[in-house]
Amino acid sequence: MSADGHIEKKRLENPPQTIDVKIKRREKLGGEQFWETFSVPYRRNLNVISVLMDIRKNPVTKEGKETTPPVWDMSCLEQVCGICTMVINGRVRQSCSALIDDLLLATGNNVITLEPMSKFPNVRDLKVDRTPMFEHLKKVQAWIELDGTHDLGPADRMSNEQAQERYAYSRCMTCGCCLEACPQYYEDNYIGPQAIAQARLFNMHPTGKMNMDERLEGLMQEDGITNCGNAQNCVQVCPMSIPLTKAIYQTNRDITINKLFGWLKK
Amino acid sequence: MATNIKIAIVGGGLAGLAAAMKIAEAGHEVDLISVVPVKRSHSVCAQGGINGAVNTKGEGDSPAKHLDDTCYGGDFLANQPPVKRMCDMAPQIIYLFDRMGVPFSRTQEGLIDFRRFGGTLHHRTAFAGASTGQQLLYALDEQVRKWESAGKVNKYEGWEMLSLVLDDHQVCRGLIAMNLQTLELKEFKADAVIMATGGPGLIFGKSTNSMTCTGSAVSAAYQQGAKYANGEFIQVHPTSIPGEDKLRLMSESARGEGGRVWVPKNQGDKRNPKDIPTNERWYFLEEKYPAYGNLVPRDIATREIFQVCIEGYGVAGENQVYLDLTHIPAETLTRKLGAILEIYEMFVGDDPRYVPMRIFPGVHYSMGGLWVDFEQRTNIPGLLAAGECDYSIHGANRLGANSLVSCVYGGFTAAPAAIEYAKNVDRKNTETNGIYAAELKRQQEINDSIAKNEGSENQYKLHDELGKWMTDNVTVVRYNDKLKATDEKILELQDRFKHISINDSNLWATQAIPHARQLWNMLELARVITLGALNRDESRGAHYKPDFPDRNDEKYLKSTIAEWSAEAPILSYEDVDISLVEPRKRDYSKGKGKTA
Ligand SMILES: Cc1cc2nc3c(=O)[nH]c(=O)nc-3n(C[C@H](O)[C@H](O)[C@H](O)COP(=O)(O)OP(=O)(O)OC[C@H]3O[C@@H](n4cnc5c(N)ncnc54)[C@H](O)[C@@H]3O)c2cc1C
Ligand code: SF4
Repeated sequence: MSADGHIEKKRLENPPQTIDVKIKRREKLGGEQFWETFSVPYRRNLNVISVLMDIRKNPVTKEGKETTPPVWDMSCLEQVCGICTMVINGRVRQSCSALIDDLLLATGNNVITLEPMSKFPNVRDLKVDRTPMFEHLKKVQAWIELDGTHDLGPADRMSNEQAQERYAYSRCMTCGCCLEACPQYYEDNYIGPQAIAQARLFNMHPTGKMNMDERLEGLMQEDGITNCGNAQNCVQVCPMSIPLTKAIYQTNRDITINKLFGWLKK
Repeated sequence: MATNIKIAIVGGGLAGLAAAMKIAEAGHEVDLISVVPVKRSHSVCAQGGINGAVNTKGEGDSPAKHLDDTCYGGDFLANQPPVKRMCDMAPQIIYLFDRMGVPFSRTQEGLIDFRRFGGTLHHRTAFAGASTGQQLLYALDEQVRKWESAGKVNKYEGWEMLSLVLDDHQVCRGLIAMNLQTLELKEFKADAVIMATGGPGLIFGKSTNSMTCTGSAVSAAYQQGAKYANGEFIQVHPTSIPGEDKLRLMSESARGEGGRVWVPKNQGDKRNPKDIPTNERWYFLEEKYPAYGNLVPRDIATREIFQVCIEGYGVAGENQVYLDLTHIPAETLTRKLGAILEIYEMFVGDDPRYVPMRIFPGVHYSMGGLWVDFEQRTNIPGLLAAGECDYSIHGANRLGANSLVSCVYGGFTAAPAAIEYAKNVDRKNTETNGIYAAELKRQQEINDSIAKNEGSENQYKLHDELGKWMTDNVTVVRYNDKLKATDEKILELQDRFKHISINDSNLWATQAIPHARQLWNMLELARVITLGALNRDESRGAHYKPDFPDRNDEKYLKSTIAEWSAEAPILSYEDVDISLVEPRKRDYSKGKGKTA
């Protein structure tokens, strides 16, 4: 701790000259996976993306073998688009916000491993296809039904607290970390925490509530909410700190209430 | 008259999704083509907010004042009628987002809260936490997903537009796009095409933009005959966080809350900033602008920071200065700036409450873009444009929080205009025979030749070189000799481009061919920006030439229009419609230069 009471971040004191980047690669959908290691000169302030950019400028392995430039997805580089998600040193996260110094400090060596997410079709190298997640959003009708986009003035008033609670759910960037970490999710058998939290987001809204039944319906199918095994891995890996277990709990409650009183509406 | 209309929209940021929603709602079919899944478009990056003169703060704000601020901020280079229409529509746009469920921050009475942003005296900016762009984009993404479920919108995500399909009369009949996994090329036939592909920040190498902001699609349209306007107007934000991979924005609010900008007086001083005593620090903004200090307008702050670094005063001899908040109590900072300081900490690793931030100006926004008329139509019949990729609204400089609203306005205006056009387009004629096949063939040949190319140049290194030249010479301070040299450099890079090797024998999902095509298009557009700047011998908005420090309305109150030719862009000038707000000198040093 320094004089001003600030706990200074632990620094990488003796950075290595080079870092070894081990990448799990695949040539095409369905192809065999294989590892290649690249040696990259260390500099301060590197993140995983800039290391990959270095490699693509000179795609030669540590052993000196010429190879193809690694393929990965990236866009905003500010951890809001979700596209650059991969498994880094065994943990699923966004590669833009994975700082090399932190990774090296955590392991104490100079090796970094990069793997594609394992729960989605692996297109090539570190690139995956997360289309199923967008399909899940359709299933829970994650939107508000409007009468039309013509001018009808503002929506109802809302307390700032409620707006902030919704904001917390609305930050979900469909990155897929929660599904990657979920022990119940494989081969798209389960709609997953993302979609449940988005259903919650709209069920909480005064207008959105009017279509709650349809949304819950979408969660009561074979791949629905009952697949949750309460492992709680999802909240731990969610980069946006979305209260996923709370969403699952409250949605389960909504479903129960709906089942109990549903017949009244008929 | 046509009955089943199909409109192709290229790009699913705010502008593209706004247009898609309106067209689907009107009962027509949309093909929506986007490089990334639309929910991941660059619009998610916007943090600050969206402008609209809702006047809930009792300040007497009005769309007319919004119009005045926008024209004045843009140094009078924008055509005013569309600006007026946007400002009039802005409150309705914000209300519509409210109804779509955007969690805007609220006042204690439960109304939408508004904050103040640069270039205005009013609280006119609605915001949702620290990620307004993300929240607005998601709202549109949700509505468009609804239309997708209803079968009105066909999404082609992971497809990149390569070119337009034009018939013998230069009428746009659709486009060619490439599947980024299979590299398959496909024609998209359409009654009208709306381009909404965002800005071209990557031409400058590193910028605050997303990696998809290459301007490549727009450049392709330009090379096929679309006019490109005001290319030289590029906004550089004074405070961004330099990174190895990109420049991340540090919000203006850091200075608003008392942040001080300084460099060590001794060039190359290697000491820890905390160990440098006050009298050895140069607070150059406070020294040069005693009245406004660190809160001088964006363009001035940008120029000064740039200048001290060029003179060698940058921290550790590099292009960076300190933005220091450490004199403010940590609790205050957490309360007022928490979310944005977290971004710095996440990417740099230092806590700005205790360690001065290192920042540098970063290319941020392009005011220039495809030329459009007041209905968002380009000069090519059947081709429209909306969002950051068109040139309307912002003139020579964009005000903060005015872009998001202009994107939605553009989409909302382009949609009915495209439908109107499509209803009347003659579709039974024989002119379209063979044009799709011919364009597909032409595009396939370009891919094939890139794939075959063998040479010693690396395309990513060429891109780095382009970015460095453009950033050094075509951003903050511009000199004619350097602009000329830059154009020569671009020509050299175009020559060297012919010797790139893509280094990728596996064409499945390769990024090398798409990148090579983007790079070529960036080079073409870089010339438009550079030569536009060279030709404009005045200073206006974001365009600053020390040799011509004043605005020259007589000669240059005109939009620059660039048209492609094989040798060089052909530049011409078009009068600006200033029928609503009379131009006056732009001078923020004495409050806002109000006419009576
Ligand atoms: C860090 C940052 C902060 C900002 N903050 C604010 C703010 O607070 N307020 C404000 O008003 N503005 C802000 N802006 C500006 C604003 O975010 C952008 O101008 C705006 O989002 C652009 O939206 P768009 O719809 O034009 O395009 P984008 O959101 O950039 O979308 C472009 C779309 O086109 C697609 N595309 C591109 N090329 C092709 C191709 N060849 N083929 C197919 N598809 C293609 C992409 O996939 C994407 O879907 C900010 C900008 C940045 C960089
Ligand atoms: S809930 Fe969290 S982890 Fe899951 S997709 Fe959304 S942001 Fe990613």
